[in-house]
Amino acid sequence: MSSFVLYTATGLGLAGLYFLLASGLSLIFGLMNVLNLAHGAFFAVGGYAAWWVMDSIDAVPSGPRFLIAVVAAAAVGIVSGVLVERGLIRRLYGHHVDQILLTIGLGIAAVALMGAWFSYDPRLLTQPDWFIRTTNIAGANVPNSRLLIFGVAVLFLVGLLLFLARTRHGLIIRAGVENPSMVRALGIDVSRSFTLVFAVGGMLAGVGGALGAVYFNGVSPSLGTSQLIFAFIVVVIGGLGSVTGTAVAAVLVSLTQIYVNNYLATGMGSVSVVVLLALVLLVRPQGLMGKALA
Amino acid sequence: MSAVDITGLNVWRGEAHVLHGVEFNVPENGVTALLGRNGVGKTTTLLAMMGLLPATGSIEVGGEELLGTPTHLVARRGIGYVPEDREVFAGLTVAENLRLAERPDEEHRYDLVYQLFPDLQARTEQAAGTLSGGQQQMVALARALLNPNRLLLIDEPTKGLAPIVIEHVVEALVHATSNATVLLVEQNLWVAAHLARSAIVLDHGEVVYAGDMEPLATDPALAGKYLGVEVR
Repeated sequence: MSSFVLYTATGLGLAGLYFLLASGLSLIFGLMNVLNLAHGAFFAVGGYAAWWVMDSIDAVPSGPRFLIAVVAAAAVGIVSGVLVERGLIRRLYGHHVDQILLTIGLGIAAVALMGAWFSYDPRLLTQPDWFIRTTNIAGANVPNSRLLIFGVAVLFLVGLLLFLARTRHGLIIRAGVENPSMVRALGIDVSRSFTLVFAVGGMLAGVGGALGAVYFNGVSPSLGTSQLIFAFIVVVIGGLGSVTGTAVAAVLVSLTQIYVNNYLATGMGSVSVVVLLALVLLVRPQGLMGKALA
Repeated sequence: MSAVDITGLNVWRGEAHVLHGVEFNVPENGVTALLGRNGVGKTTTLLAMMGLLPATGSIEVGGEELLGTPTHLVARRGIGYVPEDREVFAGLTVAENLRLAERPDEEHRYDLVYQLFPDLQARTEQAAGTLSGGQQQMVALARALLNPNRLLLIDEPTKGLAPIVIEHVVEALVHATSNATVLLVEQNLWVAAHLARSAIVLDHGEVVYAGDMEPLATDPALAGKYLGVEVR
């Protein structure tokens, strides 16, 4: 029983990371039909931003310092998202092959740049003591970091849903996912929302990177790219453009992965996720929550 | 002066050359019907006017050139668009569909819209995708009527609707279009005759008739020649 609780908590922590990486991907694809294969770079950049803050600002106690690290990771993610959309993707809307080549290249270049700058060896993240301590839940000693990651991801999920449901920008994004041409025909400049969605996606991935650095005990240039494939699987299972679907799929995928790895055979977790993807595509090709948002 | 002056309009959709130098005017005030058999380029004409398809030539509305203007700015010049197949946002509620149509710094005529379509007022929180075809058409029309537009482009508002619903939609259109300039694409000759004073007929991407609606509606030979329909 205690190992089950521990695995579940670990799985939920991983689900938080998948959600933060995948929700931006899903919105970007849902609204703009852009498959952003460079999204993993936003994740890694966020991880490095968090590492840098934790490593350099010694004057601040580690708890509040981690809060600064998350804000810095979010900010770096936003800036990266806006730069990529405004500087590169904007010229290529509607040109799918060009977009894929561009974002693959960008992802590879980002990993190489980060490798050259920070070296390919993982940078260990200084963590607040509380993260490493455990909380006893039903007899299992669960590392607090797992609970923290899941909690932060839930906060961002709620925030994102409120943003989509309650604000005019959110309304435009939800409508744009369904039919961008009709949104334009109502007098709305959808391309402004495109930049916004890249900024939001970059922010979520950046925060994910900061938390990923905690989960994986450090940052390396491939931090994001190694998770990107799972994020894509989460997006497809959840249904393109659906935030709620992404959240549900993130939990489904990560728990499957962790349970299979621990109860069946180590290393089979990733394979089982692909099987899960195949099953969903067979039964419900549009994903769990189709194309409707929120 | 006419509300719309279209000259030398050419539109391609992929490889297909759909409109071949189309020229026509839409008079100020009143409904002009844009008629023709299936696939002659009626919807294409409206899409080009909205900037939703690349085109060459000239489309002047109130003396201002529209061609080359991004779609959202076309709409902000006071052009309301009711697309073929309605294109309501299915996942959004009726209220959200309407709120999306609110153009900033303009009057939002909810009173008018709900007076024309009381059905919608009772269903503001219902997802538009769960409405009947007729109700979805009302949402599509309401979106275009919410702002005081100088020109309405309405594409087949009665397509796929039951006869009783068509009557209701036509009745609402009579009220809604009484003080507006409207370019109406309509396959149903009875509806077109009921609403429009003037008519333009397209065939194979060219204008073959431009004039009063009445002869088309009353002269079976004319209707047969241009539209391939029989008038009862």
